[in-house]
Amino acid sequence: MSTPYAKLPAWADYGLIPVINLFVAFVVAGFVVLLVGENPFRAAAVLVEGAFGRGQGIAFTLFYATTFIFSGLSVAVAAHCGLFNIGGEGQGYIAGLGIGIVCLAFDSVLPWWLTFPLAIIAAAAMGALWALIPAYLQAKRGSHIVITTIMFNFIAASVMVYALVGFLKPANSMAPQTRTFLDGAQLPKLNWVIELFGAKIRSAPFNISFLLALAMAFLVWVLIWRTRLGYEMRTYGHSSKAARYAGISETRIIIVAMMISGALAGMMALNPTMGDQHNVALEFVSGAGFVGIAVALMGRLHPVGIVLAAMLFGMLYQGGAELAFEMPAISRDMIVIIQGLVILFAGALEHMFRPYVQALFASLSPRSVGMEAIKGKGA
Amino acid sequence: MAQAAIELIGINKSFGAVRANRDINLEIVRGTIHGIVGENGAGKSTLMSILYGFYQADSGEIRVGGQPASIKSPNDAIALGIGMVHQHFMLVDNFTVLENVILGAESDALLKKSITKARSELERLEREYGLEVDPDAIIEELPVGLQQRVEILKALYRGAEILILDEPTGVLTPAEADHLFRILRQLKEQGKTIVLITHKLREIMAITDTVSVMRQGTMVATRETRKTTVEELAELMVGRRVLLRVEKGEAEAGGVKLAVKNLTVKDSRGVTMVDDISFDVRAGEIVGIAGVAGNGQSEMLEAISGIRLAVSGSVMLDGKPIDLTGAADPGELRDRGLAHVPEDRHHVGLVLAFEENENSILGYHDDPRYLRGPFLNIDAIRDDARDKITKYDIRPADCRLKTANFSGGNQQKIVLAREMEQDPGVLIVGQPTRGVDVGAIEFIHKRLIAMRDQGKAVLVVSVELDEIRSLSDRILVMFAGRIVGERGPEATEGELGLLMAGVEHREAAE
Repeated sequence: MSTPYAKLPAWADYGLIPVINLFVAFVVAGFVVLLVGENPFRAAAVLVEGAFGRGQGIAFTLFYATTFIFSGLSVAVAAHCGLFNIGGEGQGYIAGLGIGIVCLAFDSVLPWWLTFPLAIIAAAAMGALWALIPAYLQAKRGSHIVITTIMFNFIAASVMVYALVGFLKPANSMAPQTRTFLDGAQLPKLNWVIELFGAKIRSAPFNISFLLALAMAFLVWVLIWRTRLGYEMRTYGHSSKAARYAGISETRIIIVAMMISGALAGMMALNPTMGDQHNVALEFVSGAGFVGIAVALMGRLHPVGIVLAAMLFGMLYQGGAELAFEMPAISRDMIVIIQGLVILFAGALEHMFRPYVQALFASLSPRSVGMEAIKGKGA
Repeated sequence: MAQAAIELIGINKSFGAVRANRDINLEIVRGTIHGIVGENGAGKSTLMSILYGFYQADSGEIRVGGQPASIKSPNDAIALGIGMVHQHFMLVDNFTVLENVILGAESDALLKKSITKARSELERLEREYGLEVDPDAIIEELPVGLQQRVEILKALYRGAEILILDEPTGVLTPAEADHLFRILRQLKEQGKTIVLITHKLREIMAITDTVSVMRQGTMVATRETRKTTVEELAELMVGRRVLLRVEKGEAEAGGVKLAVKNLTVKDSRGVTMVDDISFDVRAGEIVGIAGVAGNGQSEMLEAISGIRLAVSGSVMLDGKPIDLTGAADPGELRDRGLAHVPEDRHHVGLVLAFEENENSILGYHDDPRYLRGPFLNIDAIRDDARDKITKYDIRPADCRLKTANFSGGNQQKIVLAREMEQDPGVLIVGQPTRGVDVGAIEFIHKRLIAMRDQGKAVLVVSVELDEIRSLSDRILVMFAGRIVGERGPEATEGELGLLMAGVEHREAAE
């Protein structure tokens, strides 16, 4: 509706424009690299090489992507209902509490394939619960969800510090983290899948929660576009008045959507805890909840787009770490700048190049655009 | 001496494959009111957008005052003395009238000087053209009629000699529209040229000197208004004969289907909008609610359909009472056989971003026909949507198309098809033909009559008095939240007009 005068074919809308945005982000990032006296082309090569060059890199890229898929889906589910859940970070962090309790209780008695489902339920329940309170306040009191969820991030952080220096910590330990989980709470690695293709992997945390992430991506697609609940969420997301007219309860739909969103955010905690560190430590989410916002925006709130965008951010994380190692002039902070630029161009400035692309398409293929063209592309 | 203010010669404009304007020739004589009529999508707005510099023509020539002109932006148009009043006002809601008038024409870094200058200029314009508005009033606090006056003042302040008005009466009450016409006549007497774009033929007949008719991107005819008739213009617009007044038989009213009892509704500011009203609608009759917009009709509709909570009151549906004050829920009312076509189809009746088939179940998405467990039964939904598309002649016939891409008339048909095909006992309809083209109006009216003849109770609220008179078997007039009178369909316009203006309350509409 915002640009009624031109319409792009779906492939340009979902493919070309993100690629252009990404390209510009990398060009600007290249100038920053130039500024600190390094060769941007070599930096780019190191980054891509680091992320995809060897089996080891690919495994790490996919490991990071796993977390981002969960957090991206979380943002997208809420966004389809017109809600901006900025609290994925806290919902994921607090889920660590549930995971910690389940794993510490059962890792000595159950095999991983029984602990894992229990931990999934605990993580989802904690995340959902953490989203429930802001959702209730929004639905019943009109407290804005952006404010309350961000506040709940801080509360979650405090609660986790309290838990990790208190009852979750082994009695004689100085470190604010749980003891290392036993085999019964360690997720199997998926590195062998990459090794099937002939790559060698020393050790990488790429694990089975990746499959859970893909399953969730599919389930989110089903939820949003194939269920009555998803229909109601989308109706409310587009027009609260139409939802009221259609007899959809505002309170119910806000609370349900936020709890699903929170549950997805909670599940992202499984990957770093049970999949990688085999404990619950301070700050283990490390910003992945916020990256989810960029992932969801870049993926145009569609699960397929989110999986792809999560891969991209996984690549930036892994390739970036490699880059900081190879080029000492480029510190860890540089990587954050590059990631920031990608978020800026792909997320915040998403529509910057759209008018130009539309003008280009209008001059190239007049059939694909049109103001009074009643017959549009079914997108 | 009839001199041309504007000449358009051989204007062509295409958007992709669609030729919005083809080979348009038009001459607008200085000091006249020139009407341009046509159905939605006939190309009127495109043509005016070319004249005002929003679009450039693909080919053709524009002459202003006899001189060839190149208009590449609205600024060029303003410089040539062309002003435009848009259908949707371009005003900053929280600015004062004065601030809006100088917006974009401020001359200094500090506003003081511009404001002093503008104030005296504004006073002169207001005196000269009878356009009284308080320069210090905040826009959002003004009624729409006055907001429109501010738009006109804005154009005049910028030195407009030629004023284009795009569907100016769409948002106005009949009284406000009459006042607007008086202003336009006054502007004409002062030598201004006025171009009036509309699809309301009565307005054309009432005020214009010359009228041009557009259809499917071409200019099909130009007539002197006093030498043509509404029937001829309608036929030119649609390309075939149209019935402007629906033909219907006598109503055979049965038992009471819908009874509204002691309904009182307040708006969000706590102002009483509906004041203790009661009425019945019987099976097999159409009851029309006439009234100037803003006299509580919208609030009444919303309360009866469960969208807005009432302060007091209930509805009896088929003899069973439903309280409207607390637990009212649109879903429950719908289950009891009350279908509602809301006034605002863009935000309430439809989700414009949805595909057509998704909108064809809105409100009925709980119906097991459209579901398979918790899942949507996509095939059933689409088949059902295609059925309705055929039955209601919705165009284009594509149930996967985004709803925003349908014309106003077809959008309204989507809503009507959805509500009528549920076979409800009671149908309530707000503004059945607002923003709908002539061809579709005829269709919608026939459908409403058909519902009546099937023995349904139909309640119609409309600000179009003609529509109320031609559809209704009984007419209730609302004024200031009360029902101030009931008349039969034979009531004259004057009689209803007096009731609508609430004359016994000694509060004649300006």
